[in-house]
Amino acid sequence: MAAFLLRRLGFMILTLFLLSLIIFFAGQILPGDPGRAVLGPFAANSAVQALDHSLGVDRPLVTRYLSWLGGVVHGDFGKSYAYQSAVAPFVRAALINSVKLAALAFIIVVPLGIIGGVIAALYEGRAADRAISVTGVSLSSVPEFVSGIVLIVIFGVTLKVLPVTASAGPGAGVFNQFRHLILPAIPLVLVLFGYIARMARAGTIEALNSDYARTAVLKGLPEATVIRRHVLRNSLLPTITVIATQTGYLIGGLVVVEVLFNYQGLGNLIYKAAQGKDFAMLEAGVLIIGVVYVVATLIADVLLTLLNPRLRIGGTE
Amino acid sequence: MSGSVPQPAEPGAASPVDPVAPIDRTGGYLGPTGAAAVAAASRATPARWWLLLRKATFWVGAIIVLFWVVCAVFGHLFAPYNPLEQQLLVNNQAPSGAHWFGTDPLGRDVLSRVITGARDILIITPLATIIGTVLGTALGLAMGYIGGWFDTVVSRVVEAILALPFVIIAFLFVVAVGPSVGAITIIIGLVFTPLIARTVRTAVLVERHQDYVSASRLLGEGAARVMFREILPNVMPAIVVEFTVRLAYAVFALVTLSFLGFGIRPPTPDWGADIAANYSGLLAGYWWQTLFPALAIASLVVGVALLADSIEQVLSA
Repeated sequence: MAAFLLRRLGFMILTLFLLSLIIFFAGQILPGDPGRAVLGPFAANSAVQALDHSLGVDRPLVTRYLSWLGGVVHGDFGKSYAYQSAVAPFVRAALINSVKLAALAFIIVVPLGIIGGVIAALYEGRAADRAISVTGVSLSSVPEFVSGIVLIVIFGVTLKVLPVTASAGPGAGVFNQFRHLILPAIPLVLVLFGYIARMARAGTIEALNSDYARTAVLKGLPEATVIRRHVLRNSLLPTITVIATQTGYLIGGLVVVEVLFNYQGLGNLIYKAAQGKDFAMLEAGVLIIGVVYVVATLIADVLLTLLNPRLRIGGTE
Repeated sequence: MSGSVPQPAEPGAASPVDPVAPIDRTGGYLGPTGAAAVAAASRATPARWWLLLRKATFWVGAIIVLFWVVCAVFGHLFAPYNPLEQQLLVNNQAPSGAHWFGTDPLGRDVLSRVITGARDILIITPLATIIGTVLGTALGLAMGYIGGWFDTVVSRVVEAILALPFVIIAFLFVVAVGPSVGAITIIIGLVFTPLIARTVRTAVLVERHQDYVSASRLLGEGAARVMFREILPNVMPAIVVEFTVRLAYAVFALVTLSFLGFGIRPPTPDWGADIAANYSGLLAGYWWQTLFPALAIASLVVGVALLADSIEQVLSA
């Protein structure tokens, strides 16, 4: 078990290292000169070069990568070219905002998706199953900004019952914040519902068809007991992994939703940084997303292993 | 994450499968829909394809997609107005007899722009998906068949790339190389490559332990021949399913990029870009400028997703 966890942790660190490489060098191929981006098209070349030098962007690539990585492991993500101040506080504030939005979406979608998937599995091949499955497939393919527009037209413009911007403004109460986050959360819920329901359905059908479920039925246990004690315990395992792996997607969805609803989250931060060629901000934002995803998958793996003795023992290929 | 724990479940991607588990070919239980089940089902007859015609979801999807294909090919012939023609005297008109879907802030006919906006999407997305499928299949075959350190290293890199939401990767690349139609096509294809490779790898892991693979190796066939002539035909159904599922996501990705301003550029009629351009008008009450392109996107993605879903069901039934 300990060896398994160490192996997992090692892989996680390796993945994060590769990710930092990819992010740093992807950031470098973005066209445009940071000094030029800050000073504008009419600044003198000498001023641009001086700023580049003080920002350190004229040093060799490998030197810059190492000093960047060295800073990152100490929590220093560098200085934003656009704001001329440390990146970390911006990223932290944006992360907190995004977590609020993502948490609301998850709290709504996880129970809905699991219930939907289990119902579909119990009525496999019948109308209820088809309805849930087709709805899920359809909803999860509609981009967030599309469902967001439809929701804004219905609830914001026509009925005028919900605010169409996500940010409740500074010092707003919890309830007010929550009210502003409802519309932005729904597009995320709609996309995720299909994934989670699909996985819960597949896991439940597999468990229903298993030998142990058949044994439980044949020894005369009531159906409800079989489902609760034997089927669900096994079927919800894979669903946990899916939920964790969807955090990566969820953050992608956040970019779109945060731009649409003008919410100051991580997605919006990355979007604006990419437009403004604010490398330090961009790299920090993208790296945080990668870390969140990798940690989420690790937690899911560990959870899955703890809950499943078969994997705990034979944990390697 | 390594391949030892049940892997995530993108729709259409592999469900958790044990690569060495024997496959029951007695018509019994095949487990949840996924690459393994699909690969196993490939040994069934080609008559499966006829089952599609009995599926309501297939017909609905096919009719929607066909409608947009007709609009893409012949749209400029039957669109009521020139989609680029500006009539500033009739801008921001609500839907009426003259302009069924109203007009935009430049007085362009929204209906005409919606009809002709199908063209670029229906050229770019199939091409991008083909690129991703070809590259992903080659990579997945190599990972699954060669295995060993090659598989471990490539899996890590794939994992690191998948830690980032594809929208973010795609827009970083678009910012780097500039938003031309060719560049966007290749970028979406490249972003899909690791996803498809992962699915193909899972399917290959199942096939690798079949007798016919050992037999052809014993006959002295080279690795390339075993991969492409022996294994490839047997994992083809998994690839077909993956292709159709990814096609829906290519549309998702492209319109999202356009919406964020990293895709098709104005004044070319495009649903995502038109929504972004007219979004401020939505809050001022000009809902038709964004709602109709949004509904166009929703119908196309749902149509493609329904096609993908029915093909997956037929091939893995």
